[in-house]
Amino acid sequence: MSMTGVLRPGHVQIRVMDMGEALTHYKERLGLQETDRDASGRVYLKGWDERDWFSVVLREADEPGMDFMAFKVDSVDTLRRLEGRVREFGCNVETIPAGELNHCGERVRFDSPTGHTFELYAEKDYKGTQMGLLNPDPWHEECLKGMQAQRFDHCLLYGDDLDGTIKLFTEVLGFKEAEQVYDGDLQIGTFLTCGMKAHDLAVIRHTEKNKFHHASFLLGSWEDVLRAADIIGRYKMSLDIGPTRHGITRGRTIYFFDPSGNRNEVFAGDYTYYPDYEPITWTADELGGAIFYHNQTLNERFLTVVT
Amino acid sequence: MTMFEIHIDSLQQSFSASSEQTLLSGMESLGKRGIPVGCRGGGCGVCKVRIDKGRYRCKKMSRAHVSAEEESQGYVLACRCMALSDIQLTVVGQMKKAVFGTQD
Repeated sequence: MSMTGVLRPGHVQIRVMDMGEALTHYKERLGLQETDRDASGRVYLKGWDERDWFSVVLREADEPGMDFMAFKVDSVDTLRRLEGRVREFGCNVETIPAGELNHCGERVRFDSPTGHTFELYAEKDYKGTQMGLLNPDPWHEECLKGMQAQRFDHCLLYGDDLDGTIKLFTEVLGFKEAEQVYDGDLQIGTFLTCGMKAHDLAVIRHTEKNKFHHASFLLGSWEDVLRAADIIGRYKMSLDIGPTRHGITRGRTIYFFDPSGNRNEVFAGDYTYYPDYEPITWTADELGGAIFYHNQTLNERFLTVVT
Repeated sequence: MTMFEIHIDSLQQSFSASSEQTLLSGMESLGKRGIPVGCRGGGCGVCKVRIDKGRYRCKKMSRAHVSAEEESQGYVLACRCMALSDIQLTVVGQMKKAVFGTQD
């Protein structure tokens, strides 16, 4: 439930180096459903419990990473209002006409101080789920594929001007910081929410701009996270770390890489965030447990490998 | 399955790798502590090496980490590279620090 005008993460466009391998990964292993392709070769996917037409767009390219992440807002009026505000903030703003992504209305694209490209949009075609809206079953046989990812949930991004991006999201777009990480007086991480989840976007301070750490997908339970681990073993996928739990957001999680080296997370569980909550703060001396709660130890690959 | 000898020059160490196996998975099987295995998908660049001698084939690698010019000079990501003959290689990426204990 949004209380800010920005409803939720709406889609992410990810670059992959081999579309065939990527589709095996995202469709057969994660369990996303293909909903469209466009003239430029992009493939559109969604989780089985998502109602809008797509939440993941794959684009074949020479290097992996994230092209952009978009948030859905509650109305065209909100879109116009926030477009004005991101312009005032000083972002480079570009309007992308309806239909540039199939089934998606006009998008307002802007850059962030950490060098990432974000978008806002108000309208996307309704695709629906296999269960439908009238007397629905809780799931449908077509939903039971691979890890059974229910929906795209959030991204974690790395970039340099963390303070600037926090200011943009909190003061301009109405996000709240649910959790923050400090090394002394220097903030090194933020977990931002536009609704009642513990995070819709996370950003970590890093020397380079515009780096992509992971895109995350929601599963139903810890048991489902363990089953995802079995799938990673069965198909010899590239495991990063887990199954484990995060101190930050409390998520039960596993991380792995797509065939182009983009990191994915599937996770289950966090807590309900209300907008009157004060942020939770983590300190650098307790960072091991903040990130990996079970073994309380940082992992260099998790901290440094990005696309 | 054909097996080839992979020699890491500066380490004076060798391992065997099949023509179906990436150089990185062979290096992982050396069991040397600290080999920084990144994404294993040609995306993150931590396993960059230079092939000094030998024939090989590569799957697609991120242009952010191996330029076309570098690729023509034998620079590859070990996670995307398979041997077609015995190979001599030099570690040049982030792996260098972990393998040799030096930054550069």
